[in-house]
Amino acid sequence: MAGVTVSNVSRSFGAHKALDDVSIDFADGGFYALLGPSGSGKTTLLRQIAGFDFPDTGRISIGGESVERVPVEKRRIGMVFQNYALFPNMSVADNVAFGLSVRGEAKTVIATEVQRALDLVQLGKLGGRKPHQLSGGQRQRVALARAIVTKPRVLLLDEPLGALDKALRVDMQIELKRIQREIGITTIFVTHDQEEALTMSDRIGILRDGRLVQEGPPEEIYDRPKSEFAATFLGDANIFRGDATGNGIRLADGTAIAAGVGDRLAAGAKASCAVRPERIRIATDAGTTDSNINTLKGQVSKRIFAGNNSTYFVDRAGQTLKVIVQNTGADLLAEGQDVVLRWSPESTVLIAAG
Amino acid sequence: MMTTRILEWLGRIYVWLLLAFLYLPIIIMALMSFNASPFYQLPFEWTTDWYASLWQNDQLISATWNSLKIAVITTIICVVLGTTASLALFRYEFRGKKLLQALLFPPIAIPWLITGTAMLIFFFGVGIGRGLFAILLGHVALALPYVIVVVSARLQTFAPELEEAARSLGANQWQVTNRVTLPWIMPGVIAGGLFAFAVSFDQFVVSYFLSTPGQTTLPVEIYAAIRKGFTPEINAVSTIIIVVSMALMLLTARFFKFGGEK
Repeated sequence: MAGVTVSNVSRSFGAHKALDDVSIDFADGGFYALLGPSGSGKTTLLRQIAGFDFPDTGRISIGGESVERVPVEKRRIGMVFQNYALFPNMSVADNVAFGLSVRGEAKTVIATEVQRALDLVQLGKLGGRKPHQLSGGQRQRVALARAIVTKPRVLLLDEPLGALDKALRVDMQIELKRIQREIGITTIFVTHDQEEALTMSDRIGILRDGRLVQEGPPEEIYDRPKSEFAATFLGDANIFRGDATGNGIRLADGTAIAAGVGDRLAAGAKASCAVRPERIRIATDAGTTDSNINTLKGQVSKRIFAGNNSTYFVDRAGQTLKVIVQNTGADLLAEGQDVVLRWSPESTVLIAAG
Repeated sequence: MMTTRILEWLGRIYVWLLLAFLYLPIIIMALMSFNASPFYQLPFEWTTDWYASLWQNDQLISATWNSLKIAVITTIICVVLGTTASLALFRYEFRGKKLLQALLFPPIAIPWLITGTAMLIFFFGVGIGRGLFAILLGHVALALPYVIVVVSARLQTFAPELEEAARSLGANQWQVTNRVTLPWIMPGVIAGGLFAFAVSFDQFVVSYFLSTPGQTTLPVEIYAAIRKGFTPEINAVSTIIIVVSMALMLLTARFFKFGGEK
C-alpha cells in the first residue's frame, strides 16, 4: 500500500494538451474518483499513474518513490480496464494467477492466493470457467481479483462499471467499496458518472480540458463548488449571473441575491451564484417576507413527477429554474401556476466568473 | 409446395455439378494411377506398379525431397519473419509504416512469371545464380506476404488492452507475447504457415526459372517428365501430392476459418 503524488504533470499529444500542470495528492488507503467529461484528461492521468505513458514534465511518486520514468510492468500497480480485458484463452483461475505466475511464484502459493482472491470477490467456485462463460458482473469481479491478487501498491480503475446495466452497477459499487475497505488499498477510479463519484469516493478530483478544476471530499465539492463547471458537472445547479455586491450579486434586472457561502469578491466584479434545486422551497403565496431570505417570483412551466420527488421548471425573467420537492403528500402544483421561490443565503454559493 | 421442392432439387443438382467439375478430373487421374494400362485404356485393371516404379525413379524422388525440404524451410522462415513483422506492424507506429504495409500486397498480385524473371535476373546480377538456394530465397519472398496478411488479419481481432493488462500485472515483453498475444493469434500463424508451405510446394513458375538440371523441385521435374513422354508414374506422384495438399488445406480451414471465431 502506498500513497500517490502527482506533481505538476503535463502531457501533450501533438498540439493537444491532454494534461496541463496537474497536481494531486492521493493519500494512502483512500478511495479517489477522477471525474470529468470525455476528453477532460482523466484517463490520460490514470495512464500516467499506471505507467502506460510518461509525462512530458512533472513528477509522479508511489509510496514516496519517483516512478515517472518507470514502465508499467515495474510499478507494482493493479489495474481494472473498462472492458475487463480478461485473457480469453485462459480460465478464470489462470487469469487471476497470471500476475503471480509471471513473477515466478511457486504453484502452491499461486493456488492459495488465487482461491483467496476469488473468494474475496465471491467467485470461489468459478475458477474453471472461461471468461466467455461469465456474465458482465462476474467478469468485472474476475478483473478485480486479477488486479489485487498481486498485492499492488495502488489499484487503478478505468470506468470499470461503465459496461454494466444500472441495477448491477449499484451492486458492484457497494461490492467494490467493501473490497477496497477490506484490503485497504489506495484506489483511483476514473468515471464520468457523477453519482458514482459521489457515492463511492472519499475524495473527488474534477478535471476539465486537462486541468484539475477542483479537488476535495464529495460533500465539500457539492456544497462549495468553486466554479460554474464544478457546480453543474457534479449534481444539478441553478446558476445566476451578475455583478458582485459584497454579500452576493445583483442580476441585470436589479434583483439582489444574497450568498452565504463561497468566495469573497470585490463589489462590481462579474460573478455567479449557484443554488441546488433541492434547496429551493416553492410556494403559491407570498408568505412572510424575510429580507434575509432570497425570494423570486415565477411561473411553473413544467412538472415532472418521479414518485419520491417532483421536479418543477419555473420560468422567471427569461431564465428557467429547476426546483426539486420531496413527496410529502402535499398537493402538487399545476403547470402555469404563479409561484414564489425561497432559499437561504447559506444555500447560495458565490463563484467568481471565468 | 411444388415450386420449393423443384428449387431444392435444382440446388442439389447444381452442387453435384460443381463438385464434379472440381473433382472429376482429379478422381480420374487418381484412378488411372492404379490402372495397368499406360494409355488410359479400359477395362480398369488394378495395379500398384506405377507407385512401385515411382519408387525406382531417382530423379522424381530427389526432386520430391528437394520440394519438401524447401517447403519446410520456407514455412519456418516465413512464419518467424511474418509473425514478428505482423506484431511490429500491429504494435508500433513508425515512419513509413503505411507505405510498408501497402508494399506488402502487390507481390501477391504480380504474376509469378514476372516475379520469376525478375528474380532470375537479380540473382544472376548479385552472384547467387540458380539452384536450390536461389529457389529457397524465391519461395520465401513469394510466401512471406501471405503469412503477414493472414497473421495481421487475425491480429485485427486482438484487443490491445490484453497486452496492457498483462503488462500491468508485471509481465515483460516476452511474457506478454508468449502467453497472451501468441495464443490468440496461433490459428492465424498456423494457417499462414500452411499457406507458405502450399505456395512453396506447389510453386512451378519461379522454381522453373531458378532451377538447374540436377537441382530442381517436384513440379519442375514433373513438367520435364511430361515433355519427355507421359507415364502413369506422373499420375501416381500427382495423386500423392493432391492427397497431401488437400489434407493441408483441410487443416488450414480447420484452424483459420478465415477470420471467424475458433
